[in-house]
Amino acid sequence: MMNKGPVIEAHDLAIRRGGTPVLRGLGFSLPAGRTIGLLGPSGSGKSTLMRAVTGSQVITSGSVTVLGQPAGGKGLRHRIGYMTQAASIYEDLSVRQNLTYFARILRLDASEVERVIGITDLSGQSERLVSGLSGGQRNRVSLAVALLGAPPVLVLDEPTVGLDPVLRSQLWRVFAGLAASGTCLLVSSHVMEEAMRCDDLLLLREGRLLAHLSPGELMESTGAATPELAFLELIARQQDATDGASAVHGGRHRRRQHPKRGGRP
Amino acid sequence: MSPARIAYTAHRVLEQIRHDPRTVALMLVVPSLLIGLVAWIFSETGAFTHIGPAMIALFPFVVMFLVTSIATLRERRGGTLERLLAMPLAKPDFILGYALAFTLVAIVQTALAVVFAVWVCGLEIAGSLGLLFTIAALDALLGTSLGLMASAFARTEFQVVQFMPAIILPQFLLSGIVLPRQSLPPALEAISDWLPLSHAIDALVAVAAGTEDSQTTNSILIIAAWIIAALLVGSLTLRRRTA
Repeated sequence: MMNKGPVIEAHDLAIRRGGTPVLRGLGFSLPAGRTIGLLGPSGSGKSTLMRAVTGSQVITSGSVTVLGQPAGGKGLRHRIGYMTQAASIYEDLSVRQNLTYFARILRLDASEVERVIGITDLSGQSERLVSGLSGGQRNRVSLAVALLGAPPVLVLDEPTVGLDPVLRSQLWRVFAGLAASGTCLLVSSHVMEEAMRCDDLLLLREGRLLAHLSPGELMESTGAATPELAFLELIARQQDATDGASAVHGGRHRRRQHPKRGGRP
Repeated sequence: MSPARIAYTAHRVLEQIRHDPRTVALMLVVPSLLIGLVAWIFSETGAFTHIGPAMIALFPFVVMFLVTSIATLRERRGGTLERLLAMPLAKPDFILGYALAFTLVAIVQTALAVVFAVWVCGLEIAGSLGLLFTIAALDALLGTSLGLMASAFARTEFQVVQFMPAIILPQFLLSGIVLPRQSLPPALEAISDWLPLSHAIDALVAVAAGTEDSQTTNSILIIAAWIIAALLVGSLTLRRRTA
């Protein structure tokens, strides 16, 4: 099940939405068997990048490939589990009915529904209508749908929002388990503290890749006390570098500089 | 396209409706009540023999248009459509799943309306009941396909319900219920000749009177052509990739 080559690859990926650039030339390569945290402030382009990986987003230029195929390709539709930011499930169905419907579309049998209910700790709520669930519970139902069929690629947009610390920590353990079994997980969060739970980090800011490094490297290179401060430190360094470059080039060219192994295309 | 996925989608849509008993009750009871009201209004005249069947043609169309436009707008806005299209679900599976579910509901609705119109309001249906249900089912399909299309052009539920007066009222006004179509100004009569609701009503009136002929077949073909066109446009509005 381990995939040797890169699972998700982006080359010079640029996306404009409604005339405004959202992603400005991203490049990275993500391997199997790792949890990759996609972190950045809200509005930095995390969701758009995730939609590009699942093939739901029109790409302006550059490319994204998943398992060697262009994102959105027909052969990928049962190989990517995707959890959108808003819980994309049916409010007027029970938890089990939601999962059963999506499982049938994926041609999976009922035991798979039970499996994901177990993983997401929803056994107690499985017969309840989604409209009666809390925000955190709805999120878990949406996550359960993404986990159906144990796809080799999981794209999870803020899966831990609104969860209590116990459940959050439990889910991160689930993610680690999935990564250990060879799944490539791209998990977004705007909570910098969650960075430490990931194997690798993509730090995004204003549609640019600020850095692609491990949590250890992030903390070591910045010497900051918390991931939050480390992120701020990286931004400040990038700002200095840009200002320096502007001074040299008379402010005409804004040059990007990436600390350490910043995700160069 | 997969018959199984169409059936699963229809089943899921029906399950959703089942969890909303108030909607089910309104869908099933309101047509009968309105037919009763119309029968009462015209009780001193003989007009109910004509307007009764027209009402039976109207309900599946209007109700299924409304229900589908709102249900599919929710799928678009709630992210479930994006999720489904990222899965191995073909667009026709989605559309035909909805069409199947709402056609089944329309058949139940029509059955109740016909029973009420015949037994309680004294409407006589001289022609084929099979044909009557075929036309009602086609009407429902038409409402479903136009509703699906309308949902693509609306961003909010407020907007989508405004398509009801915009798409359905003109057809209703030109359908011959308000003024016989032969008495319309020539330009309007020509337009009315191409509108699906006019033909649905003509066909049902003919079935009630027992005067089905080649004209009725023509009407059914015109409705079918509209359904196919609306489904094609509707499927163009389902996009796997959006900007």
